[in-house]
Amino acid sequence: MAGSSGHSPSSMTTHLETRDLTIRFGGHVAVDSVTCAFRPGELTAIVGPNGAGKTTYFNLISGQLRASAGKVLFNGEDLTRLPASLRARRGLGRAFQLTNLFPNLTVGENIRLAVQATRGVHYEMLRVWSGRSDLITRADAVLGEVALAPRRNVAAAALSHGDQRKLEVGMMLALEPAVFMFDEPTAGMSVDEVPVLLDLIASLKRDRSKIILLVEHKMDVVRSLADRIIVLHNGRLVADGAPAEVIASPIVQEAYLGAAPGKASAA
Amino acid sequence: MMILSGDKPRSLVLSVLLAAVFLALAFAPFLFPGSKPLNVAAKICIFALLVASYDLLLGYTGIVSFAHTMFFGIGSYGVALALFNYGPSWTMIVLGVLIALPLAAVLALAIGLFSLRVQAIFFSMVTLAVASAFAVLASQLSWLTGGEDGRSFQVPPALRPGNRLFEGEIFGVALNGRVVSYYLVFVACLVLFLLLLRIVNSPFGRVLLAIRENPFRAEALGYRIVVHRTLANVIAALIAAAAGALNAIWLHYTGPETSLSFSIMLDILVMVVIGGMGTMYGAVLGAALYILAQNYLQALMGSVSSAAASAGLPLVPGLFHPDRWLLWLGILFILSVRFFPTGIVGRLRQRATKA
Repeated sequence: MAGSSGHSPSSMTTHLETRDLTIRFGGHVAVDSVTCAFRPGELTAIVGPNGAGKTTYFNLISGQLRASAGKVLFNGEDLTRLPASLRARRGLGRAFQLTNLFPNLTVGENIRLAVQATRGVHYEMLRVWSGRSDLITRADAVLGEVALAPRRNVAAAALSHGDQRKLEVGMMLALEPAVFMFDEPTAGMSVDEVPVLLDLIASLKRDRSKIILLVEHKMDVVRSLADRIIVLHNGRLVADGAPAEVIASPIVQEAYLGAAPGKASAA
Repeated sequence: MMILSGDKPRSLVLSVLLAAVFLALAFAPFLFPGSKPLNVAAKICIFALLVASYDLLLGYTGIVSFAHTMFFGIGSYGVALALFNYGPSWTMIVLGVLIALPLAAVLALAIGLFSLRVQAIFFSMVTLAVASAFAVLASQLSWLTGGEDGRSFQVPPALRPGNRLFEGEIFGVALNGRVVSYYLVFVACLVLFLLLLRIVNSPFGRVLLAIRENPFRAEALGYRIVVHRTLANVIAALIAAAAGALNAIWLHYTGPETSLSFSIMLDILVMVVIGGMGTMYGAVLGAALYILAQNYLQALMGSVSSAAASAGLPLVPGLFHPDRWLLWLGILFILSVRFFPTGIVGRLRQRATKA
């Protein structure tokens, strides 16, 4: 069950894969030879105890960190040496675990910057920004999707924690990526805010061409959304398979859920 | 309000202040006759532009450069040396500008690509080193630059004080070459300032703000922040060089003291902080206030000092002695940073949003 799952990349569909991906910080191996392929239309949850290397694995894929060894392949191209900006332009979207916004710009401006990035409007200097109605229209649509339209003119720093999480996700949506990488999107959110985000992720699954990766601690969320679960433990990929099967496996019971499986499965 | 690129002052007091400065500068030759007031007005125009171009770096992109006077100097020396060596004609002014601007752009590009990849502090250090080297070079190559003495030169006849547009006067002011020179400086500065205002309010300008706020996230959205920062550096250098060229034309002189000295760099920093970083309009108010203080605070203190002396007050005459004017300027600066940390413009806009 562990290790790479069998696949044959078709040239037409989105395909993301890591081969022996490894990063060392001094003597510590944070991600250790992880080989894994992700298929479109599939939501893969990445679980594991704190410090297992989940966020580091994400950083290696989206380019915030450079691998010590191994490769990141996307649609047949080797991205391993590309900076984060060029990976984003190729379609890798990322929402960060620790909220990572432009704090003194408004909610609308945060989203509009993401729209602008993905539309390739990087160096236009002589037109007035507020006159680009095409960018504004698209940004407004995204604001609606993450239920932030009424907060459009508020500075990002002034939002509640839950709204900042939504904005974080909204910026990724605005990029219209081929790969969505959610890093604990619901962490710290109040109970009544969570469904908005879960519905949103569920609706992304309907577009069968997208790859969705989700790091999440809440097992009920994982169970309700994931098509597949991979388990990282001490930087190694220790389990990979259908949710029911992975959660029931002895290695997960021991490595991740510890001695109290009943507690983790309580929803 | 397309001429302001949609960036309105957003505060009544600020609008009034800006309008007052604009009108005073636009009609300076008629409102304040005499050569000293006109000098002050021209200096305000040139420094408002210079400080605005520095604000593009400091306030909008969040990078600290110490090489701004170098680019100012390149523009100054470009025009000065062309006029000095080849005679006073408009062609030589154009030639000087055509040499200075590309040189400034190439230097800014090289510094940016070399040092903006790494941390911003490294960029600051490199600009400091390059600017010092350039200043030494300018004073050492005295066969070319005139060394510490600089170069005095003739300007084209149309700009000379002896030239009269026509006989007779308007509002009691003769329209001579000085007035023509002043309007050349004023209009050029105004146009370039509005261009800067447009750039900071463009999609590109908004990316600069995003980079200032959170470079990590800007990169993750797909922006190549090195390219953006380098471009901002090149634009700021070009505008600074243009301001330098205007300065040379106005002064009929270029030397290390008027264009390259580190004290001008400090003046620019003080003006941008007093006016308000990241606002563009702050450059205008900062430059106006600082240059007025520089030129008139001393005289004001002199009269206070002698009035106090004749009234027989102890201590006060010494305190307000004209030689102490830098002390008072320093105190004013500390007070303004303490009470308006976001500058005059930031403070006024804050009040406007609260009200």
